Amino acid sequence: MRLKSALLGAAAGIALAPAAFAERGADGHLNIIYWQAPSILNPYLSSGTKDVESASMVLEPLAGFNEKGELFARLAEDIPTLANGGVSEDLTTITWKLKPGLLWSDGTAVTSADVVFSYEYCTHPEGGCAQAARYEGIQTVEALDDLTVKVTFTAPKPNPYNAFVGSTSPIIQKAQFANCLGAAAPQCTEANFGPIGTGPFTVTEFKPNDVISMAANANYRDPAKPAFATVTFKGGGDAAAAGRAVLETGEFDYAWNLQLAPDVLAGMEAAGKGKVINAFGTLVERIEMNMTDPSPSLAEGERSTVKHPHPILSDIRVRKALSMAIDRNLLVEVGYGKAGRPTCNLVPAPEMFASDNTECLTQDVEGAKALLEEAGWTDSDGDGIRDKDGKKLSLLYQTSVNAVRQDFQALVKQWWSEIGVETELKSVDASVFFGGDPGSPDTFQKFYADVEMYANNFDGTDPEPYLSQYLCDKIPGPDNGWQGENINRFCDPAYDTLVAELAKTGEIEKRAEIAKKLNEMLTKDSYVVVPLVDRGRNSAHSNTLGGVVLNTWDSELWNTSDWFRVK
Amino acid sequence: MLTYSIRRLLIAIPTLLFISLVIFLILEMAPGDPLADQPLTVPPEVREKMRAALGLDQPAWVRYLLWLKQFFWTEPLHLVDSLLGTGFADPAGRIVSWQFRAPAMDIIWQRLPQTLQVVGLAYLVGVIIAVPIGIISAYRQYSWFDNIGTFVSMVGFSVPTFFTGVVLIIVFAVNLHWFPSIYDTTLKVTDWESFLKQARQMVMPVTVLALFNASQISRFMRASMLDNLQQDYVRTARAKGMGEKVVVLRHVLRNSLIPVVTVIALGIPTIFGGAIITEQVFKVNGLGQLLITAIYANDLPMVQTLTFIFAALTVLFNLIADVLYGVLDPRIRYD
Amino acid sequence: MTEASPARVEAAVRPPRNQWWDVWDQFKTHRGALVGLVIFGAILFAILAGPFLWRLDPTYVDPNPVNMLKLRNQGPSLAHPFGTDQLGRDMLARIMAGGRVSIAVGLTAMALSIFLGTLIGVVAGFFKRMDGLLMSMTDLFLSLPLLPLLLLMVTLFREPLSQALGTETGIFLLIVTAIGVTSWMHTARIVRGEVLTLKEREYVLAARSIGTPSRRLVLRHILPNVMSPIMVSATLGIANAIITESALSFLGLGFPPDFPTWGRILFDAIDQMQLYPLRVILPGVAISLTVLSVNYIGDGLRDALDPRIRGR
Repeated sequence: MRLKSALLGAAAGIALAPAAFAERGADGHLNIIYWQAPSILNPYLSSGTKDVESASMVLEPLAGFNEKGELFARLAEDIPTLANGGVSEDLTTITWKLKPGLLWSDGTAVTSADVVFSYEYCTHPEGGCAQAARYEGIQTVEALDDLTVKVTFTAPKPNPYNAFVGSTSPIIQKAQFANCLGAAAPQCTEANFGPIGTGPFTVTEFKPNDVISMAANANYRDPAKPAFATVTFKGGGDAAAAGRAVLETGEFDYAWNLQLAPDVLAGMEAAGKGKVINAFGTLVERIEMNMTDPSPSLAEGERSTVKHPHPILSDIRVRKALSMAIDRNLLVEVGYGKAGRPTCNLVPAPEMFASDNTECLTQDVEGAKALLEEAGWTDSDGDGIRDKDGKKLSLLYQTSVNAVRQDFQALVKQWWSEIGVETELKSVDASVFFGGDPGSPDTFQKFYADVEMYANNFDGTDPEPYLSQYLCDKIPGPDNGWQGENINRFCDPAYDTLVAELAKTGEIEKRAEIAKKLNEMLTKDSYVVVPLVDRGRNSAHSNTLGGVVLNTWDSELWNTSDWFRVK
Repeated sequence: MLTYSIRRLLIAIPTLLFISLVIFLILEMAPGDPLADQPLTVPPEVREKMRAALGLDQPAWVRYLLWLKQFFWTEPLHLVDSLLGTGFADPAGRIVSWQFRAPAMDIIWQRLPQTLQVVGLAYLVGVIIAVPIGIISAYRQYSWFDNIGTFVSMVGFSVPTFFTGVVLIIVFAVNLHWFPSIYDTTLKVTDWESFLKQARQMVMPVTVLALFNASQISRFMRASMLDNLQQDYVRTARAKGMGEKVVVLRHVLRNSLIPVVTVIALGIPTIFGGAIITEQVFKVNGLGQLLITAIYANDLPMVQTLTFIFAALTVLFNLIADVLYGVLDPRIRYD
Repeated sequence: MTEASPARVEAAVRPPRNQWWDVWDQFKTHRGALVGLVIFGAILFAILAGPFLWRLDPTYVDPNPVNMLKLRNQGPSLAHPFGTDQLGRDMLARIMAGGRVSIAVGLTAMALSIFLGTLIGVVAGFFKRMDGLLMSMTDLFLSLPLLPLLLLMVTLFREPLSQALGTETGIFLLIVTAIGVTSWMHTARIVRGEVLTLKEREYVLAARSIGTPSRRLVLRHILPNVMSPIMVSATLGIANAIITESALSFLGLGFPPDFPTWGRILFDAIDQMQLYPLRVILPGVAISLTVLSVNYIGDGLRDALDPRIRGR
């Protein structure tokens, strides 16, 4: 009897084998490594990339971005637009419809109440929601029926795809999080560590800052997916170790964001176990010029404030000369290889928003020298460093600790010394530099240096919030606890007016035109921001992992439901 | 000795309270912000609200008193609760880590096993090989054994573990495929096969750490033995016709152990502190990794709790060392 | 007859020799110590005089992009005997410049740490009244979280010190103090443990009974007998200081980022280990050689200073 059933089972297995590729869980186990370890699986409590991306395998928004930056429906039936009537003519409402029959991984139905709850959860005044910016300008979110949600904005919203779009604002289950609103959020450890979701996988065990074990979601909407039955999502270590585990030892299938020197990465790839893939988003490494005087001789509270314009960098000719002396192609070659492109733009993508400004791409040392002469900076005492009125052309150049950034600093210092500018370098621990502690002199907001280098990008595909960082009233200073996004202390009334116009403009072509103009005002018209490299993302997958499409507009793990084992 | 120990334990209480205050002040004054690892796309107003949700809008002294209450009252009560199934503690009052928004002690308990396994075993192995090496090196000073021992231990100590660890990974994981380069913390030892797997993944981190620990301890052992081997009592003992074994292992060793006991006692609390670099290199993700990530993320409640437990262990083991001095050398009197 | 007499006369009236000559005589017989001294001397010579003989700038990057790309990651050649790094900077010049910083930091920080540790250890061990207080202080320092403490020190003192003494001297002082102040505790505990047993030994009791003052008792009878653990602490301390310095610069707390030190050169090259092994071997060997040679010198000194051995 037993033998017979075993034989029958084996026969059934053989019969099913050709269709195995289309069966949920048929491909066994998947190993993913992130060198930063996820600490919580609730993106509303932490917007760290590691946390958002790991959670994106479990939690889903109504719509997401694909690898081209285009919207596609996930839980929604389709994307509401002006054309299909989902977005109202006056741009003040958007109506989403859920796919019918959706189930949470615990088997209960997904309803519009969950969507409304997700909004309430994040906008609770005591919750400290990390994604609150995505729900800004919303007046109400209401459920019209079980599957329909209507979002009403306080003013016309040219870009209504912020709330519930992208892995940073997913739908969470009302039943699970109902008692976790506001101040109660941290007490819901179980929910925060194992959210019930609609994504292809569910959490079986979560060890914070270490490892997540996942299993295929039995209630996933596509019965044939995901191909993997279980997942180990390991965190920790460093980029080199993660690269090694995928490309050289083959222990892992996918490694995230391998920020390694191009030759090191090429050496690892040569081992033949996997491939490096790369794609570009909006991340731009740039040098920011301080328009105010950071001199330590000024009193605390006066340093780097608008009261004192910068004695050297207030002159646009000096800023332009500094930019002209830099060879961006070489920076890319040394630091990023295939994962970098030289750029002169603050907004390098999407294509329609990117200005065709390319004049900075060729290094012009002689031109830079001439410009400095013209500005009155001459080497009067013959020590190789220019001076004017007894003041040396000497700059403090700071950045965070990072091997590539330190190489960039050394290269730029050498180029600037060629044009007679003396540079003192400083590197600050990243957790301090980006920490924003008003008590520390070393934060990038305080900017107690003449120039500083870091990278920044914007969420999604709309650059408006990004460009409005450079408004006059966003200048950090002692009165606002050094919390402001206008790091350079750039202030131009014309710029402010144009940003206000952008906020009122709905037509996409018009918006693109204004955005390009704003981008140029910050870069080639003023050289306040000196973009260096458009930084792409390097990730790696093993040769046996198929279906990977690198996406820089949303979570990298956006399509794990389509991943499969190559046989 | 007993009254001495009790007195020391009593003195330890105000000492530890003072230490906890100093730790708190340092963490408070050190630059950094719990939101440093949030992307720059999060605007300042949202950051301000997130800080308030963490309780950072309270004044520092309130947060310190709160931590004291949580650590010395709520957490012990919770421990009693979880052991006996009672319900004394209010779960909302526990120490909550800022990164995980979860009780800090739960994560510490979760990390303890892998740290004790790897770091603890490495320390044990280090001590077990260091003591005999130290003894033989001293007894046969400048022999080839001593010279090799000196060379290995000096290189072992001067080459940092971030280097030796990566070398081992490249040789044994990448080229020879003997051991995994990434430690699997989800592995549960249930049978012979999983035990072998566990052993295999422990080999490299344990080797790196044991080498480092053994280097240090063996140097102190050797130096101390050398000092004592030249004392008059050794000559006397030999002159009385005692066997070499008895002379060396009974008399000299016992008298040489004081500095070694000191070093070992200083080392045991560091097992609990984890091995930050080795854990990072091999992805063991124990307490050392927990501490360093908490420091980078400015997760003050977590750092404060971990550091304080470490402080308590330091005080305890230094007390134990002092008691052991009295056992090893009865001439030492504390009273 | 007369030819031999000067020598004999000299021997007879040989002036009382300074005891340091005896120490040197004994030291000379220690082969390891001599080799160590020669190697350490050679390293010192290389890093101090080397830059005058080998005049390449350790931070010089060729400003011409085409040349720079050609110069990157080169193996050893006549123009660059140790090769070049990822930006085409000369490795020989970098190792020499790095050694100057690393050895200066290593020796000074070690000296500070040993001085503090010995002082506190002896005082705590010898004077019972001070024991409780000093050992509580040691426990306190042992339990302080190192990284936040260093970050705090740098935040508070970096700028005032740089202003007062210039960037390099200021940061040097800061680093040495930071390492010294956070690493004396092991030495203190070890020395105290030894002093506790030594002060009950017969010869100390005898010295005390004839009324030797405490100061003399400590300096003449106790200190020489705790020399060997101090020597071990000192050698380990140098290695520790060199590595800690690299950790500090990795955190952005040390010297400016273009300033080479052995620890940093080693750390930066870890990722490139498989492609350019020389780049990790050079600083690794430099650190190990320094520590090894200091260790042997310490061994020789300890033997030479011990009158029981010297007499033999």
